[in-house]
Amino acid sequence: MILQQQISVELNMRNSPSDPPCQSALFKGGHQNITFHQHVNPSQFIVWELLQDGPICRRLFSNSGNFWHTGTISCNIPELAAEMIHSLFLINHSGDIFLEKHWKSVISRSVCDYFFEAKEKAVDPENVSPVLQTPHHYLITIYRDKLFFLSVIQTEVPPLFVIEFLHRVADTIQDYFGECSESVIMDNVVTVYELLEEMLDNGFPLATESNVLKEMIRPPTILRSVVNTLTGGSNVGDTLPTGQLSNIPWRRAGVKYTNNEAYFDVIEEIDAILDKSGSTVFAEIQGVIEACVRLTGMPDLTLSFMNPRLLDDVSFHPCVRFKRWESERVLSFIPPDGNFTLMNYHVSSQNLVAIPVYVKQSITFFEMGPCGRLDITIGPKQTMGKTVEALMVTIHMPKAVLSANLTPTQGNYTYDLATKVLVWDIGKLNPQKLPNLRGSLSLQAGAPKPEDNPSLNIDLKIQQVAISGLKVSRLDMYGEKYKPFKGVKYLTKAGKFQVRT
Amino acid sequence: MSANSAFNDEKGGSSSVGEPEYGHDPASGGIFSSDYKRHDDLKEMLDSNKDSLKLEAMKRIVAMIARGKNTSDLFPAVVKNVACKNIEVKKLVYVYLVRYAEEQQDLALLSISTFQRGLKDPNQLIRASALRVLSSIRVTIIVPIMMLAIKEAASDMSPYVRKTAAHAIPKLYSLDPEQKDQLIEVIEKLLADKTTLVAGSVVMAFEEVCPERIDLIHKNYRKLCNLLIDVEEWGQVVIINMLTRYARTQFLNPNMNESLLEEGSDKTFYGSDEDEDEEEEEEKDKKAEAPAMAKRKPYVMDPDHRLLLRNTKPLLQSRNAAVVMAVAQLYFHLAPKAEVGVIAKALVRLLRSHSEVQYVVLQNVATMSIKRRGMFEPYLKSFYIRSTDPTQIKVLKLEVLTNLANETNISTILREFQTYIKSMDKDFVAATIQAIGRCATNIGEVRDTCLNGLVQLLSNRDELVVAESVVVIKKLLQMQPEKHSDIIKHMAKLTDNIQVPMARASILWLIGEYCEHVPKIAPDVLRKMAKSFTNEEDIVKLQIINLAAKLYLTNSKQTKLLTQYVLNLAKYDQNYDIRDRARFIRQLIVPTEKSGALSKYAKKLFLALKPAPVLESPFKDRDHFQLGSLSHLLNAKAGGYQELPDWPEAAPDPSVRNVEVPEWTKCSSREKRKEKKVEKPFYSDSEGESGPTESADSESDSASGSESGSGIEESGSGSESEESEEGSESEEEEEEEKEKDKKKKKKELKKPVQESESEQSSEEEERKHERKSKQRKSESESESDEEEDSESESSQTESEDSESEAEVKKKKKAAESKPPSKPVKKDNKKEKKEMSLLDLDDFEPAPSPQATPVNSFLSNSLATDLEGLSLSDAVLSPATISPSSALKSYEMLHRITGEGLSVEYCFSRQPFSPDANMVAVQMQFTNNATSDTKNLHMEDVKLQSGMRVKEFPEIELLPAGEMVTAVMGIDFCDSTQAANFQLCTHTRKFFVSIQPPVGELMRPVFLTENEFKKEQGQLMGMNEITEKITLDVKCRNEHSIVQRVITAANLSRVPCGSDKECRFAGRTVTSSSLVLVTVATKEEGAAKLTINCEKMVIGTMLVKDILLALTQ
Repeated sequence: MILQQQISVELNMRNSPSDPPCQSALFKGGHQNITFHQHVNPSQFIVWELLQDGPICRRLFSNSGNFWHTGTISCNIPELAAEMIHSLFLINHSGDIFLEKHWKSVISRSVCDYFFEAKEKAVDPENVSPVLQTPHHYLITIYRDKLFFLSVIQTEVPPLFVIEFLHRVADTIQDYFGECSESVIMDNVVTVYELLEEMLDNGFPLATESNVLKEMIRPPTILRSVVNTLTGGSNVGDTLPTGQLSNIPWRRAGVKYTNNEAYFDVIEEIDAILDKSGSTVFAEIQGVIEACVRLTGMPDLTLSFMNPRLLDDVSFHPCVRFKRWESERVLSFIPPDGNFTLMNYHVSSQNLVAIPVYVKQSITFFEMGPCGRLDITIGPKQTMGKTVEALMVTIHMPKAVLSANLTPTQGNYTYDLATKVLVWDIGKLNPQKLPNLRGSLSLQAGAPKPEDNPSLNIDLKIQQVAISGLKVSRLDMYGEKYKPFKGVKYLTKAGKFQVRT
Repeated sequence: MSANSAFNDEKGGSSSVGEPEYGHDPASGGIFSSDYKRHDDLKEMLDSNKDSLKLEAMKRIVAMIARGKNTSDLFPAVVKNVACKNIEVKKLVYVYLVRYAEEQQDLALLSISTFQRGLKDPNQLIRASALRVLSSIRVTIIVPIMMLAIKEAASDMSPYVRKTAAHAIPKLYSLDPEQKDQLIEVIEKLLADKTTLVAGSVVMAFEEVCPERIDLIHKNYRKLCNLLIDVEEWGQVVIINMLTRYARTQFLNPNMNESLLEEGSDKTFYGSDEDEDEEEEEEKDKKAEAPAMAKRKPYVMDPDHRLLLRNTKPLLQSRNAAVVMAVAQLYFHLAPKAEVGVIAKALVRLLRSHSEVQYVVLQNVATMSIKRRGMFEPYLKSFYIRSTDPTQIKVLKLEVLTNLANETNISTILREFQTYIKSMDKDFVAATIQAIGRCATNIGEVRDTCLNGLVQLLSNRDELVVAESVVVIKKLLQMQPEKHSDIIKHMAKLTDNIQVPMARASILWLIGEYCEHVPKIAPDVLRKMAKSFTNEEDIVKLQIINLAAKLYLTNSKQTKLLTQYVLNLAKYDQNYDIRDRARFIRQLIVPTEKSGALSKYAKKLFLALKPAPVLESPFKDRDHFQLGSLSHLLNAKAGGYQELPDWPEAAPDPSVRNVEVPEWTKCSSREKRKEKKVEKPFYSDSEGESGPTESADSESDSASGSESGSGIEESGSGSESEESEEGSESEEEEEEEKEKDKKKKKKELKKPVQESESEQSSEEEERKHERKSKQRKSESESESDEEEDSESESSQTESEDSESEAEVKKKKKAAESKPPSKPVKKDNKKEKKEMSLLDLDDFEPAPSPQATPVNSFLSNSLATDLEGLSLSDAVLSPATISPSSALKSYEMLHRITGEGLSVEYCFSRQPFSPDANMVAVQMQFTNNATSDTKNLHMEDVKLQSGMRVKEFPEIELLPAGEMVTAVMGIDFCDSTQAANFQLCTHTRKFFVSIQPPVGELMRPVFLTENEFKKEQGQLMGMNEITEKITLDVKCRNEHSIVQRVITAANLSRVPCGSDKECRFAGRTVTSSSLVLVTVATKEEGAAKLTINCEKMVIGTMLVKDILLALTQ
């Protein structure tokens, strides 16, 4: 808590309660009373911490050092920092701050030192605690695309609120520039800055819908940047956005297309843990419906499923009418313009989850001699008659593994000596000739045999099928007269798919 | 949090006294002189006439700001351009201005007039943006201007401008807190705003400026609840958090009556049970009980409380994790226990999100799972750990798993832990070992297994693992040391190898503490330790001294010299603690002339029984912080945290939330109604208040009914004392009245009523059900009695039952007080009935009564009703159903095979409160032998995979000739597989099994006719089974069909327009699949039985059972 205004404090320090004061401090200011708690450390530093505000004068006490301290404090109620998010720092992987934005008074970059300290300790950037406490601030950080978004908070705020907002910022940047990286942000620093200015007002989110933002600040396109340089035009919308004013803030008004189209991608990810013997410890399906809707006017869409009962738990884009879903299990909505995530869903482990591949593996380390053997075979299991593509196996090897000498029957493998990660990129799974990877691992001489076997992380893709069996039955449009092009694509991917060994 | 302690010490001194760090550190620019040089050309560009040049300059300046460089010297040049026509230049100038205005106050004033002009612009968006920038310029001198601007904007035509005004309020407040009073006025005004656009922002302002002025919310409470779903996401979070606090100050704790209910009801109902037959006695009884009953004021949820819960629930489906979390914490802090469960699914969903979100959610789940373990148990597997999870997530998941561990799932959890122990992440392994230790202390059954597992870990290669195991084993051994001398021996050997000081110290302590169990080894260990004493760490040294002292006291012969030696070494140690300890111990144990009185007690001092440590979750009691808050996460109060208030003892006046609505001006407050007796339609008022969304809502009818429930309750009790002479609430009386009431009601119902037909018909069904259930009961108990006779029966009821009856009675009285003249009024009454019923489900049912009498009576229809009303979500109210009819008993153990012990079981059809997915099985143990039976319990449960059993608590003594009942829960996984187990007494074991008829694998659900049809429509084809049947001669009226079907299966009746058709609905207990049964009768006893069920096996079996029931 920073006291933005001066406070008046009279403080006497004594060696014992009966001694006369030997030192006193006076701070100027104020009229209202406040209660403080004082810490005095041996080196005579006085650190104040605000306990609570209120019209109470209280005696201070502390006997942490060799001094007794009594005193009366009367001071101005310090300015309770009113914003939720005070400042934002963007930090790259190597720890350089490359962008800062303050929504109120400026906070020195040195506040990030606490973060760097934690980052040093954590080794892996993923292990840095998202919430850090410093003497005067709280730092809430997210790690996305090798960048840290660090926000500085001064007062109580739901941490998820901040985290969710930071992700929204990252999403917006991604949406605008196609990727979220340091170089892209620095190339478009002014646009990013303007975006941040619009997204947050005094620390409170203002406009976070990408449709609204795009009306205010147009995303750069090659054509436009050429035109802009020629004509001196700008990429700031000259009409102010209307979306915010309507009841459907996610859609901009006056959308016009010559080709009206609505495409939906049903993407499912299988999260699973398989044990040594290949049986499923845990499996569930997480699905998402990504929509790309380019329709003129104000279309009102209704998307229905053949088998909505499959869906165990759902979350929606705000445009979806929840009550219709509750009563009829259909998605009824006025879509935002462009790409958006319509819904996320979950198919629980109660319904049997089809596991598309099986893995036969043996990884052994010999007691004698610094070596080990590895033998992995992958075969199709329940693939719904489709081919498994983009198959990839990632293994985090124990530290002691120095190198790997393996032969794949298909695809190729890499072993990163620094990170100890073995990646076997297989590609398409051919059911006639199962891919196999075998060979020897050499261990650091003298190191003890690794206790544990590493687990296998599997990536795969199956086109044209949603593994849960979910099917879209129809899409209807109301409110507009034209006939749109419609399409649904299905894709199954491996999510967190892990085989324990 | 590690940073916690750092809070005070780091960065100490002058800088932290309160000055913000304005000073620019070298990195933030200024040192790069090139910037200054470049600034000259920037100034030129800004002064030029060309917009493109200006734009270019501004872009470069903003880019510099973004990099944290100081461009304050450009201020004069930039501020000139504030009136620039080019909108992009203008925007960038605004950005600059907001950033630097505070530092260059005088110059900033130059720009003010531009904004003042903008405030008058006809375009709302320009007005808004002018206000936004004006309020962002932090210059004290313009406070009055800002104040004026905010006030004006607050009454602007455009909601967008009003929203901006709400945003400006906290800005002004932080600039000048003096303005608080005026700002509160503005907030009050904006709070009354009816647009969703404004709601979020103004509540935000409220939270910043005057969170203590809860009174401002009263009038807007219902509006906020109703608008909530349409507010933008960020506003939703703020409003929900604020409303949580509000509700905590205004409503009663919905869970407060739990304990009270259990005790109270038990007594009264048993009492009345004895004199079941004689009405006269009952009368007396009633009078005696009356005061006792009166004391127990039934909890009735305030309709506004219900409104909040209902309107926030859909937001669990939000895509925004913060919103989901906000709703989750609201439910956790405000909802009745039985309803909190709905949030679990949503929280588990968030676990799929970004790791930061996971981190926060898991922290909160960890806290919740301590208080409400059952909530997350079904999602146990979602907390399984992947090797790729970040360590902090792993540790949190581990915490949750540990919290969720109980007797039934511990084996799976331990198996899971076993794989974790092999992990490469050693910190995580250490945490796992700790977790195993905690499971072992919490769950006695697995203590030995865990201990053995940990002992195996002692031979692990990794020293950290071994050390952690030692420490945990030490804690476990302390619980029952006698049994485990071999483990202690094993650990003694480890002292040769283990180097981790904490582990060595733990081993030594153990050996010292239990030296009597290892009399041969202990002195030898001491000998070794004496040798290495000087090289040990301090904690180890202290433990060596301890060991020496203890050995000296127990085995001085062998260890006297060794002890002397150790103490001598310690005497000259560098550490004063060790020297002190040595001196102290020498005085205590070595008897000398000088030794004081204490040495007599040396043995007592050293060899006292030490209490075993309690391993507790670090998340225990964290819920005194509002969940989801930063303070909760850090487990320390963050600045500006608003304490979550405790529930009030008595609810403050609810009428403060009433908003003037013309329709019910006659009685403006509930107070009046209470005093006056039920005259006015309460209903209309609460409907009027609850706003527009409700009418659109499909649930609204029943739910808004529920809202006014409390009002009726109160008024009911008022009128009651005047009308009924006894003024008592004894259930016999009530029942009688209920019967009358029923008839009356029935008559009423026959009259046509325009509105809410379905509701009426359902009501009628209920009535019938009620009667039927009674009848059935009477048949079973006192052979074939007439209906009237059955009235006289008293019954033992669940607590909630008595409530319901009380309510029905009240309602009936209310009905008497105003004869049904107008259809509208009647309507009210009907709804009233539902309302009052709904309130019941706020009661927690008495959890699994240890010894409930068999055939406890509870009106089935009421209960089903309750379920239907309780927000129409089955998950919400896992526990409200009751047995409807005479329960069929099955034999589990015959008295001959059981050597005098006979056991019968029946399916009580009551919810099994510890686990909603289990079927409650009530067992009646009768001891026919001549000797007492002791320690009745079950063992060795053999189950099909997936099935689970919650054992009944051990019955310690069953005296000869006595009879006792117990309840156990079985999750049959929706199969009719038998659950096999051994029933053990102190002398014998019997193999027994429980096999459920398929009809018991479901629980009734309440559906409306429409819902039924809709659901049925979705369960066609394969899921539908139809059978033509010829009904039994005795079973051709609707009455007996319903009765027989309900006896055969635990279903509830669904209202139906035609009397040729009977419909029933239920859900399977485990998977909650819907089971729909239709019996359509035709002439001559022909009928068609249709069953729709997703689970075909269940459907097929059910067809057979019902067929049998109807044709015989």
